[in-house]
Amino acid sequence: MSAETMSIFSPQLAARFDALVEKYPVKRSALIPMMLYAQDEIGYLSDAAIAEIAERLSLTQLDVRNVASYYSMLRFKPAGKFNVQVCTNISCMLRGAYEVFERFQEELGVGHKGVTKDGVFSLEEVECIGACCWAPAIQVNYDFHDELTPDHVPGIIAGYRGQANGRGGR
Amino acid sequence: MPRLVSHPDEVKIVTRRFGMGATDINKYVELGGYQALAKCLAQGPEWTINEMKASNLRGRGGAGFPTGLKWSFVPKQSPKPKYVLVNGDESEPGTCKDHLIFLHDPHAVIEGTMIAGLAIGAKVGFIYLRGEYRYLLEIMERAVADAYAKGILGKNILGSDFEFNVITQTGAGAYEVGEESALMESLEGKRGVPRIKPPFPAVVGLYGGPTVINNAETIATVPHVISMGAAEYAAVGTERNGGTRLFGLSGHVERPGVYELPMGYNLKKMIYEVGGGIRGGRKLKAVVPGGSSTPVLLPEEIENLGMDFDQVGKAGSMLGSGGVVVIDDQTCIVEFALRTISFYQHESCGWCIPCREGTDWLKKSLTRFHAGFGTEKDIDNIRYIAENMMGRTFCPLGDAAAMPTLGFVKKFRKEFEDHLNGKPCPFAKHVELAVV
Ligand SMILES: Cc1cc2nc3c(=O)[nH]c(=O)nc-3n(C[C@H](O)[C@H](O)[C@H](O)COP(=O)(O)O)c2cc1C
Ligand code: SF4
Ligand code: FES
Repeated sequence: MSAETMSIFSPQLAARFDALVEKYPVKRSALIPMMLYAQDEIGYLSDAAIAEIAERLSLTQLDVRNVASYYSMLRFKPAGKFNVQVCTNISCMLRGAYEVFERFQEELGVGHKGVTKDGVFSLEEVECIGACCWAPAIQVNYDFHDELTPDHVPGIIAGYRGQANGRGGR
Repeated sequence: MPRLVSHPDEVKIVTRRFGMGATDINKYVELGGYQALAKCLAQGPEWTINEMKASNLRGRGGAGFPTGLKWSFVPKQSPKPKYVLVNGDESEPGTCKDHLIFLHDPHAVIEGTMIAGLAIGAKVGFIYLRGEYRYLLEIMERAVADAYAKGILGKNILGSDFEFNVITQTGAGAYEVGEESALMESLEGKRGVPRIKPPFPAVVGLYGGPTVINNAETIATVPHVISMGAAEYAAVGTERNGGTRLFGLSGHVERPGVYELPMGYNLKKMIYEVGGGIRGGRKLKAVVPGGSSTPVLLPEEIENLGMDFDQVGKAGSMLGSGGVVVIDDQTCIVEFALRTISFYQHESCGWCIPCREGTDWLKKSLTRFHAGFGTEKDIDNIRYIAENMMGRTFCPLGDAAAMPTLGFVKKFRKEFEDHLNGKPCPFAKHVELAVV
């Protein structure tokens, strides 16, 4: 299809999308994975990304937006390069998640849903991430960090800042 | 990285291969993997379903429905393709057991899916993980690719005429998608809102075809049931509750973690011996026995409580997803109730009014209450709202929000009263919760 040559995504991702569409009994099933992978590559679901996904799946853009808006991991605006998600749900709360969250707020200088000025970090308080027995737990993009205390926070931030400064990254 | 724990009382069936490198297909085979599939191929679908029935294995996703019986509801003949759908959405707070299965034993999930497929006559299985589990999806994807490369998935499996394919994917963040019909909607590329029942998925499911939906732990247990033999597996548990269960022990215990214990294991012993007791030598205040949706139990209610579906049900709560959350005497129950209801308010899909409005009102009332502005009437109001949600919502999420709230208000009324009329909370540090 034309999207292949005109894709806004990298050739690797475009090829992955072509394979995804073939994988399911019904093409539309590829929608959620496609949105996630698109977001991973460009940071959020931009208008252009939505338009291309809609075209690839023969859906309307409204349809794509309608589905995307249901899921909490999908976003229409950029987050930081590293999105820090602190679980404060019950198991984590009992073991000090709020203290960890507060420390992130202090160190990063932003609050819930905030993005640092340099765009490197964003911070979010989130619901249970499935790591309750290793609480308190956080996720930075797709990495889990668990059994945390507030004192772990500066080290975690420094590690990702290092990655952002050219040593690897997403 | 999740830490593995162990205790001498554990009976390691599902966790047998954890930490042994079984993510490598050769290691998995060396440890007896894919032999259960071979056995089922030799014995046939009917034998397989009967074994599952005889094992007394009940679903590990929450409701505890007998697995063999569920499989037997799928019609033998169907004009539409049949499917197996593995529910790895795992989003009930307090629950993190499937996490470890995907991490340590992905082939057990694949083998279980194949056995379910063979039993019901499906050629395709879906393994759906929650969106946050991307690193686990990668492990699953590698396992699936290895199984294809070894000729275990695909056509003519193990020299038979059985054909089976596995498709893996993740969600994108939504608790409601764990509900089975919402899960199917999500897999079809739609918003994860539930479908009306009947028809049940066993008859009209994914893409309109008959579909068996099982929790990931249930599916990972299947090969072990077949290998051990149903009778031996059933003998591990209690009456009508076969085998073991992965219990997630979290909160104020000394040694939190996921432990595999026989069905019917005493809850008090689980907390004090397996979990090492209450952290810092404090006293036990309450236990949430099966994930955040299950009503709270008091210390005196767990003395002789065996952890199986029937006994916990009789005690007025539920075994649910097996997530045991332990609460010490320094915890504010009003805050705990508020944090619980905040979750359900956030995750309500908004489809039906009693749930959408009910969770919102409960959250608002509890927030005000916790901040010290509640009145005696508010306590009854909270109870009234929760009671009126029960059984009146489109899907069980409404009940999942109302049940724990009712439990907190009924069992800790005194503590609610202690927060009345501008009195500061005797425990809490965090009056405002940012998640909205
Ligand atoms: C709101 C809601 C969320 C649920 N979340 C999950 C889940 O995350 N994982 C799961 O296996 N079952 C979940 N369930 C239960 C499923 O609907 C279904 O009963 C289960 O996957 C069946 O598998 P089983 O028979 O092996 O337990 C949820 C149910 C409801 C009502
Ligand atoms: S009870 Fe109603 S609003 Fe709540 S999640 Fe289910 S369908 Fe949606
Ligand atoms: S409660 Fe924090 S990971 Fe589950």
